[in-house]
Amino acid sequence: MKPAAWPRADPRTTRLLHLDPRRRRCADRRIGELAAHLRPGDLLVVNDAATLPASLRGVTADGAPVEVRLAGAGGETGERDEIGGSGASGAAGGGLWSAVLFGAGDWRSRTEDRPPPPAVRAGDTLRLGRLQARVAGVDPASPRLVSLRFALGGAALWQALYHAGKPVQYAHTFRPLALWQVQTAYAARPWAAEAPSAGFALTWELLLGLRRRGVAIARVTHAAGLSSTGDARLDARLPLAERYEVSVEAVQAVGLARRRGGRIVAVGTTVARALESAAAAGGGRGRLGAGQGMTELRLGPERRPRVVGGILTGMHEPGTSHYALLESFAPRQLLDRAGSFAARRGYRSHEFGDALLILSETVPRARAAGEGGEVREGRWEPSPRPKRFRMGRGGGRLRMGDGSATGTGSSPGPNGA
Amino acid sequence: MDVRDRGVMITGASRGLGAALAHELARQGARLALVARGEEALGAVAGAIRAAGGEAHPIVADVGRKREVYAIAGAAAALVGDVDLMVHNASALGPEPLALLADTACEDLERVLAVNVVGPFRLTKALAGPMLLRDRGLVVHVSSDAGVAAYPRWGAYGASKAALDHLARTWAAELAGTGVRFFGVDPGEMDTEMHAAAAPEADRSALARPEDVAVRLAAMIGDDTIPNGARLEVGAWEARR
Repeated sequence: MKPAAWPRADPRTTRLLHLDPRRRRCADRRIGELAAHLRPGDLLVVNDAATLPASLRGVTADGAPVEVRLAGAGGETGERDEIGGSGASGAAGGGLWSAVLFGAGDWRSRTEDRPPPPAVRAGDTLRLGRLQARVAGVDPASPRLVSLRFALGGAALWQALYHAGKPVQYAHTFRPLALWQVQTAYAARPWAAEAPSAGFALTWELLLGLRRRGVAIARVTHAAGLSSTGDARLDARLPLAERYEVSVEAVQAVGLARRRGGRIVAVGTTVARALESAAAAGGGRGRLGAGQGMTELRLGPERRPRVVGGILTGMHEPGTSHYALLESFAPRQLLDRAGSFAARRGYRSHEFGDALLILSETVPRARAAGEGGEVREGRWEPSPRPKRFRMGRGGGRLRMGDGSATGTGSSPGPNGA
Repeated sequence: MDVRDRGVMITGASRGLGAALAHELARQGARLALVARGEEALGAVAGAIRAAGGEAHPIVADVGRKREVYAIAGAAAALVGDVDLMVHNASALGPEPLALLADTACEDLERVLAVNVVGPFRLTKALAGPMLLRDRGLVVHVSSDAGVAAYPRWGAYGASKAALDHLARTWAAELAGTGVRFFGVDPGEMDTEMHAAAAPEADRSALARPEDVAVRLAAMIGDDTIPNGARLEVGAWEARR
C-alpha cells in the first residue's frame, strides 16, 4: 500500500475500510459513513493528546550534530523521577524525558539509513537551540535511547520547546510539517511524540452528529511514542513505555456503555493500549479503574482486549507494532486480506492515510453475557468452521462490499443520515 | 462559570483590561495562562499574581502569528491543564495615530484582522475541541462599540470587532447545547494605553478604570445565565441585574 505523503486538505475525504471480523466481511466506505456502523449506546473513545514539537536539532558538548526526538515524558532508562510541573495538568516541565538520538541528516532520509548518533554519556550536555538538556541516563542495550533533563522548567521550558522543536516526520512526507498539521480536532495536552493520527479523520461535524444519534464520546490521554528509531533492535522493543491517563469520566462512560449493551470503540491503537492498560492495572477481569501510569502493555493475537470491542485506526503495514495490535481484534489472515483489498482500491497508509474500522455488527457473546460488563479473558476465537479466502472473485468467505460509489466531495455526513 | 481551580487563558494580559482581569480571576482562584507580546510587562503581571499567592504562567507570543497559536495552546495545556475559559482580549488598533480608511495601508488592515479576528479564531479552534470533549467551556470576546457604530478613523479596528462579534454569535449557534458557550462584551471606554494611543486628547478623568471594569467582567464570566452568543455592554448588563 502506498503511503500518503501529506495531510489531506479535507478530512472528510478519508476513506474508511470497514472490517467485520465476525462476518469476515469488509466494505469500502467514506469516513462520513462511520455513523452507519455505530449504534445509540456505543462509546467512541478518543486520545486527546496534542502532538509535541518533539524533534530538536542541536549539538553535543563536542560540537557533533545531533537530532533529539523526544519519545515521552518520564524516563525510559537510568534514573527515574516524578514527572514535574503542576500535578493536575500532567505537565512534564522540568522532569525527565526519554528520547532517541539521531546522527547527521534529517527526516528526508529514512531513519534506518541515517548515521548513528554521536556517543553520549550520562552528565553530557546537549545544546538544542534555546534549550539545554543534560543526559541523565543511557540505555545499556541501545546507546541512542537516553533520558534527558532540561535546564529550564515551567513556562520557560514550554516556550523554548515550542520555539525550537518541530514535529517528528518521516521520509514518506515531502515537505516540512507545521505543528498544526499534526493535531487532531480535539488535541489538548501536549503528550504525544507522534500524532495519535487515527483521529485526523474525525471532524467535529462528524463527532457532534454521532452524539446527536446517541453515540457517546469519551477521552483518554495516551502519550503516543515514536514509531521508528533507526535501530532495528530498538525498533523491536517498540512501543516503549508510554504514559497514559484514564479519567473518572472515561471510566463512567465505559460503564454506562456496557450497561446499555453498547460497544467500546477505540480511536487509534493508543486508546486501546490506554484502556486495556487501565483495565490490567485495575486488578484484571476487565474492571476498569481511573488513573495515570506508564504502560508497556502489548496487545496482539495472544492478548484479546477486555474493554475495547472495536477500533478505528489507520491503514497499518504488516510488521509494525500497530499491525500486531490489530491482531487482537481480527485474525492475521483476515487483516492481510483486508489490507490487500484496500491497497487494490487505492487506499493510502501511514499517518495521513485512510482509515480502518474493525468492528463486528453484533456484540460478542462474552461481552453481552458478562456480569457487570466484565469480559472473560481469552484468546481470539477463530470461526468454528475452517475458512478459505478467495478475494475478488466473489466466491470467497471474506466478502467485500463496495460502499464508495456515492462518495464524492460532499461526504454523506451524520447530519443527513 | 466558577473559575476556582479552572484553567483560564487571557490574551493581551500584560496591561490594561487584560492585566486587571488576570488579577481579578487569580483572586477568585483561577489558574492562569497569560499571553502577550511584551515579555517584561507580562512577566511583571504574572510575578505580581504569584507574589499574591495566585497561579499565573506567562506565555510570550503574538496571537496574530499562525505558527504561535498551537504553541500557545500547547504550553497553556501543559501549564494549567484543561483550559475552560478563554478570554480574547488582545487587540491591535491599526495605524497610530488613527487614520481615515482612505489613508489606511492595506497591510495595517491585514495586521488588525490577524490579531483581532484570525488569531482569536485560531485559538478558539485549538481550544474548543477539547472543551467539546469535556462538555464545558466559555469563550469571551472583548469587543468595542466601534464594532457597531461607524466612527471615522476607527474603520480597521471597528471592522475587526464587528467580525469578532459575528464569530462569537456563529460559534454559539453552531455549538448550542454542547456546554461550550460564547459571549462578546463591550467594556466601554477605559483609561488604558490603547485608549491614549487612539485618542490622546481625551479627558482621562471621564474614563473608567480597567480594574473596575475587570471586576464587572469577572462577574459576567461567573453568570451562567448570560445567553449563549450574546453581545453585551458591561454597563448595560449591570443595569439588567
